[in-house]
Amino acid sequence: MRAEAKLGLILLLTPLLLWLSLLILIPHVDMFLVSLRERVGVNEYRISLANYLTFINEPLYLRTFVRTAVMSTIATIITLLIAFPVSYYIAKIARGRVQSALFLLCLVPFWVSELVRTFGWMILLRETGLISNLLQYTGLADGPVEMLYNDAAIMVGLVYTSMLFMVVPLVTTLESLPDEVVEAGYDLGGSWFSILREIIIPHAAPGIVSGSIVVFMLSLGNYLTPTMLGGKDSLWFTELIYSQFIVRFNWELGAAFGFLLLGLSSAIVWGMLKLTGQTLEKTMG
Amino acid sequence: MTPDLECLNLTKGFGDMLAVDDVSFAVPRGSFFSILGPSGCGKTTIMRMIAGFLEPTSGDIHIRGRSVLNTPPNKRPVNMVFQHLALFPMMNVAENIGYGLRRAGMAKPEIASKVDQALDRIGLPGIGPRKVSELSGGQKQRVAIARCMVLEPDVLLLDEPLGALDLKLRERMKVELKALQAAFDTTFVYITHDQSEALVMSDRIAVMNEGRFEQVGTGQDLYYRPETAFVAGFVGDSNRWSGRIERVSGDEMEMRTDSGMLMRGATHDRPLAVGQRADIFVRPEAIRIARSDDDLAHFDNRITGRVESLLFNGAASRILVQDASGSGEIEVNLPQSGEFAGLDRGSEVRIGWSGAQGNCFAAGKA
Ligand SMILES: Nc1ncnc2c1ncn2[C@@H]1O[C@H](COP(=O)(O)OP(=O)(O)OP(=O)(O)O)[C@@H](O)[C@H]1O
Ligand SMILES: [Mg+2]
Repeated sequence: MRAEAKLGLILLLTPLLLWLSLLILIPHVDMFLVSLRERVGVNEYRISLANYLTFINEPLYLRTFVRTAVMSTIATIITLLIAFPVSYYIAKIARGRVQSALFLLCLVPFWVSELVRTFGWMILLRETGLISNLLQYTGLADGPVEMLYNDAAIMVGLVYTSMLFMVVPLVTTLESLPDEVVEAGYDLGGSWFSILREIIIPHAAPGIVSGSIVVFMLSLGNYLTPTMLGGKDSLWFTELIYSQFIVRFNWELGAAFGFLLLGLSSAIVWGMLKLTGQTLEKTMG
Repeated sequence: MTPDLECLNLTKGFGDMLAVDDVSFAVPRGSFFSILGPSGCGKTTIMRMIAGFLEPTSGDIHIRGRSVLNTPPNKRPVNMVFQHLALFPMMNVAENIGYGLRRAGMAKPEIASKVDQALDRIGLPGIGPRKVSELSGGQKQRVAIARCMVLEPDVLLLDEPLGALDLKLRERMKVELKALQAAFDTTFVYITHDQSEALVMSDRIAVMNEGRFEQVGTGQDLYYRPETAFVAGFVGDSNRWSGRIERVSGDEMEMRTDSGMLMRGATHDRPLAVGQRADIFVRPEAIRIARSDDDLAHFDNRITGRVESLLFNGAASRILVQDASGSGEIEVNLPQSGEFAGLDRGSEVRIGWSGAQGNCFAAGKA
């Protein structure tokens, strides 16, 4: 009996452990080792922190790193600001069919691949694109307007891609807030703003934090959107990693960059949890 | 003195359906007013209109003599204890109670002292720092009331606040609520579908059915002198027979039930005509059990029958008597004197009651 239960446990855990070790643990351990070696000759390596030093001493790398972090943070905040009212409407105001229809609408963008979606944005935003033509047609602009290849375009793309990942946790937590509680707030003299601040947001905090974490990580690790929508000056850190690995065959530096990105996202997530007084169990459970 | 709360021809329709239909009532200052009715009759809808969460289709609501129709819920001098209490789970007890005061812009030390006072009043001093989730059902109940009472509302609305509690606690809270009302000396409007809650606590009760008030009166009025068949059937337990009226003379009347029994009763000034279909209601406690006919000589309804079953329920034990002609079951209260303790299934008994104890209503309207 005991042995059977044990066998069941092993069978259940095996796929998970395989997945964790093969796809996450082993590559990362290997990457970490790669990032710590320095090439001194043909097939000759020694352990050193040279790759990390390169990162610190090269302003472009450092700047891109910081820029990626800042932009991702801003994208997360914008996504939150847009998603919150939308989620509130879906969870609390819309009823029945409308509710499920709206929810589905948030899913629709994910029916096409990310590449096609991003091309969609390019069609809209480019010099000869829809919006540019519309502006000229209505007389709001004299000549063609280029809206691609800048930070704003990246931001639009990132927010658009991340929206669903913010809406889902927000709708879930907001739905669990009884209408009665909000009404009680009104009944006791609260204004809509104080109810939002003292009742709705604290209640939705786990959803806000978990949504933000997911969106932040997705933005930080996004490659396609910044590459296609961003211009020459708007480098994304993932682009640096890509070019080290693929273009320059400098796996050592690429691995170091990868680890820095991992460290950055972990640090910011940890900071966010500390700042909002949430725990990982509370937000993910 | 102007009543604290007055509803004038209040009507609310959802689509074609009238959830509240032309309801008028006034609640005098400091009294405990209950609205009693079955589920779905429109009680919550009335409450939500008074609190300001629903706009009446027509009619008016006056609080202390002034119409509040154009006042938003957060400015109305009424507060509501919700069905599921709706305490703020993200705040502790003191913050919950202080919420309304903070919103009113009161200074912090003053809030703290008011909250402490309120906690004393509800008999839970010192639980301010506790989390809401750490309270028992009865404690939450009291905190929810205190949270409203610190704002000193003109009227406190309570929407079936005892519904979620277990039976024992509900019994205790009934008494406590009445005491709290006296302590705070505020007008309470209480809605419930549980008649014993309404009867125990209220000064006046309105019985509601399908959006309309059937009768407004004291508990005694409703129990002993119901004005409609619905009230007679809903408040307290009754034996109910349908039949046709055979004779009316002065205050006396006779009705033949569909199963063939002849019932004598009093009209209690209700317009009843020979040949009309009617329902007669007789309470189980109005019926006497006896061993011989002599004991029942002064009753105008006498029936001999067999005990069909014994329904033991402590002080409220009853027997079901099957009429000798086999035409109907009658519920009769078992006297607690022990006289009939030996009664068994199948034993023969005589029962009787005075016709004046029966309430007869013309059928068809209800
Ligand atoms: N927002 C609404 N839209 C449509 N119909 C409604 C709405 N709110 C209530 N109703 C209907 O109005 C009627 C009265 O509802 P209400 O909630 O007032 O009943 P209640 O007496 O409080 O019942 P309960 O004892 O079950 O709480 C019901 O038939 C209900 O279906
Ligand atoms: Mg209700």
